[in-house]
Amino acid sequence: MKVEQISIFLENKPGALESVMRLLKDADINIRSLSLADTADFGILRLIVNDTNKALRVLNDNGLRVSRTSVVAVEVPDRPGGLHSILAVLAQQGINVEYLYAFIEKSGENAVIIFRFDSLDDAVDVLLKNGFTVLPGERLYSF
Amino acid sequence: MIYNEDFETLPREVLETLQLKRLQQVAQRVYHTVGFYKKTFDKAGVQPDDIKTLPDIKRLPFTTKQDLRDNYPFGLFAAPMSSVVRLHASSGTTGRAIVVGYTKRDIDTWSELMARCFVAAGLTKNDIIHNAYGYGLFTGGLGAHYGAEKLGASVIPMSGGNTKRQIMILQDFGPTAICCTPSYALNLAERGSAMGVDMRALKLRVGIFGAEPWSEKMRDEIENKMNLAALNIYGLSEVMGPGVSMECMEGRYGMHVFEDHFIVEVINPETGETLPYGEEGELVFTTITKEAFPLVRYRTRDISRLIAEPCRCGRSHIRMDRVTGRSDDMLIIRGVNVFPSQIEAVLIGVTGLEPHYQLIVDRVGTMDTLEVQVEVSEQAFANADEVRFLQNLEKALAKDLKDYLGVTAKIKLVEPKSLQRFEGKASRVIDKRKM
Repeated sequence: MKVEQISIFLENKPGALESVMRLLKDADINIRSLSLADTADFGILRLIVNDTNKALRVLNDNGLRVSRTSVVAVEVPDRPGGLHSILAVLAQQGINVEYLYAFIEKSGENAVIIFRFDSLDDAVDVLLKNGFTVLPGERLYSF
Repeated sequence: MIYNEDFETLPREVLETLQLKRLQQVAQRVYHTVGFYKKTFDKAGVQPDDIKTLPDIKRLPFTTKQDLRDNYPFGLFAAPMSSVVRLHASSGTTGRAIVVGYTKRDIDTWSELMARCFVAAGLTKNDIIHNAYGYGLFTGGLGAHYGAEKLGASVIPMSGGNTKRQIMILQDFGPTAICCTPSYALNLAERGSAMGVDMRALKLRVGIFGAEPWSEKMRDEIENKMNLAALNIYGLSEVMGPGVSMECMEGRYGMHVFEDHFIVEVINPETGETLPYGEEGELVFTTITKEAFPLVRYRTRDISRLIAEPCRCGRSHIRMDRVTGRSDDMLIIRGVNVFPSQIEAVLIGVTGLEPHYQLIVDRVGTMDTLEVQVEVSEQAFANADEVRFLQNLEKALAKDLKDYLGVTAKIKLVEPKSLQRFEGKASRVIDKRKM
């Protein structure tokens, strides 16, 4: 029920993002979803790709600081209040969201949101018990 | 004006006789009371009795900063703690700091030498001295303070920082003299002007500036902006603190070394050979009156030269030129002495940071800035991919640098391998400052 995500440390400078994208392009890796968290000096680029292991290897070999993290992909009804319905359940159960971002493609009539939790397994339990659909990684890598 | 005319104008032969007598006493005392000196003297094959003339000082071994660190905290004290009335220390993590002690008589001597400095700057008991050197473990604040009181002047124990308040006091209390680092003087001048204060109209007529290298160009700038006479003072905690040497108002060129208390030499930093007057090299000091923390041939790593020509002020004491640089990699940032190795120790201490780092020193306006660029380690990034984790790391590092070294630094995390790798002795410092 977990999705593999790659995080990449980037300095906040021209060309930093471009060089990562070039490496992925040359390795024929497709990006399924991404988000970029930034501060004044540095950023963390988070990616879900079609081949996590290969992408990690390529980036690592080229001297980038990368790490592998697990996130959760949840289907969200694509209507007003859709995301709120998930967050309401999580808040009630005292589960903290570290960060989230939207998946680019839809799953049927639903949008997909990527969540990072500090207590990932608890969060998945809560979501499943409350009738939400948590997507397996394979679904996302090859949507 | 001269504070202690008897000693400051001694004819050279008499002065040198006095120096020899005191040197012989100090050599005996350290040899018999401090294990370190017995060891180094024996190793150099020299006994205290071998000092028969002043040039015999060359036979004594040097003492280095590393020796001081190795004997942290009190290993080089030559007096029992019951006689020590004050301790000061340089910044540094445990074992990397240097601790110095003073007996009551040492404090009296230091106070007198600082009083001599003030008088050399044309001050009397009628002056009000604004002392903006830091009070605390740093020797600057209390050293200048005691000297001002010894002279009988009115001292404002301002310490560093809180610039707005300093400017208010400069206006309201009307001090006639100020002590601080030259860069802080410029900072005060600029902040004051920005606040709409006419910094040239203050009552200040003299500034006594030291604790960092500066230039004649900076002197002109400070004098123009603050309408005062800017004078150079020199000192270092190991030798005593501020007041080891001081420029006189009459000469305003070179700082008189108080030779009845210190013997100064200039050596070739590579070979250790003593250089003749006038040649540039590393300053070496021997303290000949200190009781608690005597030092024999201490290598300061400060580069300067000695000026033997008599000064028009009438002092017979030799002068040393401005310090023009260092023979090691010590940085002076806003008056705080920092070694790259100390910064490295802090980096290693903060979990997850491997010591690939670079220091960028610059001067923005009048203030020195230090940026520490550190590569993000694999461990640091593997554990968490969250921005706040890395920001906490930056904060922890900045805090440790402030706590241990007293220096404010901006931490910048950089990508791995983005810093140049060095072969052998790393040169990790980029100093963009122009004096």
